[in-house]
Amino acid sequence: MAEDLVQAFVDLKENEVLRIVQERLDANEDTFAIMSDARSALAIIGNRFHEGEYFISELIYSGVIMTRISELIKPRLSKAPDVKRHGKVVIGTVAGDIHDIGKDIVVFMLDSHGFEVHDLGVDVAVERFVEAIREVKPEVVGLSGFLTFTYDVMKETIGAIKEAGLRDQVKIMIGGGQMDDRVKDYAGADAYGLDAMAAVSLAKKWVGVE
Amino acid sequence: MAKSVEQLYEERLTRSLDAMHLRVPDCVPVIPIIQAFPMYYAGITIQESMEDISKAAEAWDKFLADFDPDMTQGPLLSLPARVMDRLDLRWFRWPGHGVPANRMYQFVEGEFMKADEYDEFVFDPTHFMLTKWLPRSLGALKGFERLPLIRDTMWFGWFTVVGAFGLPEVRQAFESLMEAAEDLAKYNQACADYVEKMKNKGFPSSYGGFSWAPFDLIGDTLRGSVGIMTDMFRQPDKLLKAIEKMVPISVEMGVGPALASGIPLVWIWLHKGCAGFMSDEQFAKFYWPSLKAQIMGCIEGGTTPVVYCEGDYTPRLKHIKDVPAGKVVYHFERVDMAQAKQVLGGTACIMGGLPNSLLVSGTTEEVKEYCKGLIDVAARDGGYIMATGALVDEAKPENLKVMFDFTHEYGVYK
Repeated sequence: MAEDLVQAFVDLKENEVLRIVQERLDANEDTFAIMSDARSALAIIGNRFHEGEYFISELIYSGVIMTRISELIKPRLSKAPDVKRHGKVVIGTVAGDIHDIGKDIVVFMLDSHGFEVHDLGVDVAVERFVEAIREVKPEVVGLSGFLTFTYDVMKETIGAIKEAGLRDQVKIMIGGGQMDDRVKDYAGADAYGLDAMAAVSLAKKWVGVE
Repeated sequence: MAKSVEQLYEERLTRSLDAMHLRVPDCVPVIPIIQAFPMYYAGITIQESMEDISKAAEAWDKFLADFDPDMTQGPLLSLPARVMDRLDLRWFRWPGHGVPANRMYQFVEGEFMKADEYDEFVFDPTHFMLTKWLPRSLGALKGFERLPLIRDTMWFGWFTVVGAFGLPEVRQAFESLMEAAEDLAKYNQACADYVEKMKNKGFPSSYGGFSWAPFDLIGDTLRGSVGIMTDMFRQPDKLLKAIEKMVPISVEMGVGPALASGIPLVWIWLHKGCAGFMSDEQFAKFYWPSLKAQIMGCIEGGTTPVVYCEGDYTPRLKHIKDVPAGKVVYHFERVDMAQAKQVLGGTACIMGGLPNSLLVSGTTEEVKEYCKGLIDVAARDGGYIMATGALVDEAKPENLKVMFDFTHEYGVYK
C-alpha cells in the first residue's frame, strides 16, 4: 500500500495519489505514515531532477500535488508531524530583489529533503539576515538573487554577517538567474548552486548527512 | 580623414545586417542589450529615468558618446512610471512602487487567467483581454469588467452594446485610459525622436518590434509559472489550443510595429523553454512548434526575428536549428558556444554569450580573454554578433568598453 502511494506520486498521477491518500485516511491510518510516504516520493522526485529525468515543470507539479495531500491530511492532524530534521537553513531573496519562483522551489526541495527551512521571503534587508542567523542558529544560509545588482547586495549581506561575528558559524550558498562561481567569489560565499538539488546536496554536505 | 556620421551609420548597419544574414562582415559587430547601465553611468537614478524620459535620453547621450555599438536601442526600457502609476499596473514593481529608487523595475508573476478560463480565452481572446486581463492587470480599468460582448453587436445587439458604455464604472475606466494615453504619447514620442537622434549620431536602431513565444505569452502574464507547468500535466490539450491561438497574435505583435518603425527586426524574448525548466519532450510538444511557426510568420512578414534565448539553450540546439538559412538570429545567454556554432553554423546567426557577472566582477584582461574565446569559437566565416548574455544593468564601465573596443579590433575579417 505504501509502495502504491510512493509510486503514484513519483509518477505524478495526481488523481491516483489523492484517491490512495483518501482511502488510507478512511481506513484510519496514521497521518504520519502517509506524510512519510509522500516525503519518500519527493526525495525520489528530487533525485530524478538531479539525474536529469525530471525538470522544474515536474518539481512544480509535485509541489502542487503535495499541497493537495497536505490539505486532505490537515483536518486529521492533532499536531505537526515530528519529523527528524538534518539541520536548519535560513534563506531569502536579498534586498531590492523581489523574485521568488526559484527560491520557492529551493525551499520546497530543502524542506522535503529533511531540512528545517526558515524562509525570510523576498527583498530581505541585510540586518534581517543577521537577526535570523542569531535567532535560528542555522548551519546553512541561502541567498537568492535574479538581477545583477544583487552581486553587491550579497557581498554586503555576507559582510554584515561577518561583522556580526557570525560568518564562521554558517556556510553560505548563493543561487539565481545571473549567478555563477565568479559571483560566489565576488560576494564571499562558500558555494554557488545551479539548481534546487544542488542546494540540497550542498546543505547535506555541510551538515554531514548522506 | 575621419568618417562622416552618415558613413559610420552605413558601415555599422551593413556590418550588423551582414552578420545577421550570414554574409561575412568587415568585422564582428557588437550589439549590446542594455537596461539600467546608462543611468548608473550618467549618475541618475532609475526612478528619475522612469519619471522623466528626457533624463534617460541624456544618460543615453553619454553612453553613446563613450561606447561604440553597431546597433543600439535608446531609452525605451526606461518605462513611463507615470503611466504605470495612473493605470495601477499590477505585474511590475518599480522605484517608488515596491522597489528602491535606484533599482530596476521587476516583474511579479500572478494568475491573470484562471485554470478554467481556457475555453473562454480561445473562443474570443479580444473579449477576454478587454474584460478579464486588462481589469486584472490595470487597477484603473476595473470598469472594463462590465464591457459588453462587442461580437454580439449585429441587428438589435447594438442596443445592448452601446448601452454598456454609459455605465459609470465603464466611463471612469475610459477616462483613466485617455489620461494615461496622453502621458504615454510623450514617452512614445521621446522614443521615436531618439531613434532619429541616434541616426544623426551614426547609430542604427536595433529594436523594431518586441514579441514573446506563444508558450510564454500564456505562461508569463496569463497563467504564471506554476499555472502553466501544472496545465502541461492536468490539461495539456486546452493549453495546446491556447498556444496555437497565440501564434498569429505573437506574429502580428512583433511584425506590425517593426514594419511601421522601418526597423524590420523583431526581438522574441524566450523565458520558460530553457534547459531545466522542462524536458526535451515537453519542449518538442509545448514550446518549439509554436515558436517555429512564430519565427516563420515573422520571416514571411518581412522581418528578421532576433530570438533571445534566456537560460541554457545547449540541449535545445537540435530543435532550433530547423529554420531557413540566414533568416534568424539566436541570442544566447548561456550555451556551449562550440556546439552552437557546430549545430547552427550556416543556418542562423549566433549572438551573445559574454557573462554579465564578468562585467561586474572581472578585470579588463579577463573580459578580453573571454571575448577572444567567443570570437575564435563562434565568429569563423561570419555569423556571430558580440553581446552580453543578459541585459546590462551593473557593469564596470571599463569592462563594458573593452567588449566593444577589443571586438572591433580583434574581430576584423581578413
